[in-house]
Order: sequence, then C-alpha cells, then structure tokens
Amino acid sequence: MSIITVERKVLEKNDEIARRNRALFSQRKLFVINLVSSPGSGKTSILERTLEYFNERVKVAVIEGDVQTDFDARRIARYDAPVVQIVTNGGCHLDAKLVEDALGSLDLNGVRLLIIENVGNLVCPSNYDLGEAMKVVVASTTEGDDKPLKYPGMFQNASVLIINKVDLLPYVNCDLNTLRNNALKINPSLKVFETSCTTKSGIAEWCSWLEQHA
Amino acid sequence: MHELSVAQSILDIVRQSVPTDELGDVRVVRLKLGTFSGVVADSLDFCFSAISAETPLAKAHLEFEHIPFAVKCHHCQKTFENDIGFVVCPECGGVETVVLSGRELQVTEIELENEKD
Repeated sequence: MSIITVERKVLEKNDEIARRNRALFSQRKLFVINLVSSPGSGKTSILERTLEYFNERVKVAVIEGDVQTDFDARRIARYDAPVVQIVTNGGCHLDAKLVEDALGSLDLNGVRLLIIENVGNLVCPSNYDLGEAMKVVVASTTEGDDKPLKYPGMFQNASVLIINKVDLLPYVNCDLNTLRNNALKINPSLKVFETSCTTKSGIAEWCSWLEQHA
Repeated sequence: MHELSVAQSILDIVRQSVPTDELGDVRVVRLKLGTFSGVVADSLDFCFSAISAETPLAKAHLEFEHIPFAVKCHHCQKTFENDIGFVVCPECGGVETVVLSGRELQVTEIELENEKD
C-alpha cells in the first residue's frame, strides 16, 4: 500500500481563474460586486434603480447571468450601461470562467463599478468565487423572515444584505426585525439596507454607500 | 451542489496526481468535507462511482473526513461548533468571532494497492 499526498482544493480551477479576474479588476481599478438571491427577489430592479441614481455620474458596467433569455440584459441596456448577457443553458450559477469570457465583450473604458448579476439561486453561487470584491445578497419580504437560517452558506459569504420589497410588508407574513436578526446571527458583520424598487425607498442610501466603497 | 461536476474535478485531480500506469491501483481517494462545503457526501460518492465505472479508476472509492463548522469567540476565547451556521458565541453572546473550519472541499491523499499487498 502506498499513499500519495495531494492536498488540493477540488474547486481550485475556478479559484485560479477567479484570482486572474481579481487581478484584472485591480489593474483597472474596478470595484466589482456579485449580486445574488433567489429568483424574483428583485436583483434586476435594484440594478435599474441603481443605474438611474448614478445616471452616468458613476460609470457602471453589468454582466447578466441567466439560464435562458437576454431579457435582463435588454432591461439594463435601456440605461446606456455597457452590458453583456451570459446564458448558461441549464447551469445554475456563474463561475469564474464564464465571467472571464464575458469580460472580453465588455467595454470597460471609464467604468468604475462592475455589477455581476448572478443566476437566481441561493445555494450554488455561494461556493463559486468570480473574483468579486464582495457578494451582495438580496432577500425580499415576500420570501419570509427565516430565509437566512434556511440558506446560511450564502448569508455567511455576503458582505451586504438588501432587504427588498419593503413596500409589501403590510401584505406579507414577514417581520423585518426577525429577518434582520436572523441574518445577523449567521453573519454579524452584514451591512443591511432596506429597499423598495417601486417606491425607491432606501435606494439612495444603498447607492451612496456603494459609491463610497467603489 | 453539483456533485457530478465535483466528482469530475476529483477524477481530474487523481489523474494528475497518479502515474497513468498506476491508476488501476488506486483504491481510496480521501477528502476533507466541511459541513458548509455545499456538497453531500452520499451524492458525491454515488456520482464518483458512476463516472469512474468502466475506467481504470473503477476500483477506487471515496473516503470522507468530515470537518465541523467551528467558530472561535475573540471575547471569551471559547470555540464552539454547530451545523446551522450561527456565529454568535453561545457562551457570552459575543459577535467578534472567527470561523475556523467548515467549508473544506479538498482531496487530501490517494491510497494505492501495491502488487505485494
């Protein structure tokens, strides 16, 4: 019997490409966020409100990830932001290679902030580093206040939580403080914002914070 | 998570670590698997068996060292474990904690059977 010592991470290929992406972002002085959530939490709507708020003052580029269609990229294109759509054809998360390939089609001249909107999925994206500076997780009030406890991996790995659709609180069974506290039990250092893309409540606070950090 | 693609990555690592003419001697691939690695051991085992069947690695199987989700509190120095992901110290309620382990997903070693075994 003989033993070969290996000590290699299984996802090392992705990690290596993520490092390359990170180096490119650093070289171009790009602040990059990985926007994650369940399907339908409002990631694209938050992106639209963010682009509206910055209104070319801060130049933003977007990488969209979806299983099918380019609907989200078309929505973003209306705001004159450079955008590219990744269609995974069944893949349930973006990985570093998909992002590296997409970067080739993106005009990053003058861009300060790159937002990668991941495939709607609260499980798999938490394990795949794309090279981002931080993950921003969106949880909407319609999803219930126990979400962070049910998907701890994603909330552990995020730096920011945006609680979206706060305008619907009177109509849903969700206690805002419970949701916030559950998230903080999993990750006490989470920065929390509360937004509504319909009323624009909380959007300025989120965007100001983002601009300060970009 | 994606046990099938994870199994494929493990196969690739084994092929890169073992000389081609010795692949048929591989019996055990040992892995560290953290509570929050995102991977289910039984599913991974099943997928690995499925994709290694009818290859030189057909006699190999996976063994797992389960790594707990362990957190250390800077305030009271206590280390605690759980499988729900809480990082607030159960002893003193402190939030200045650091995760020590629990996200591992790595191939640690490969065991081969020699002719004289």
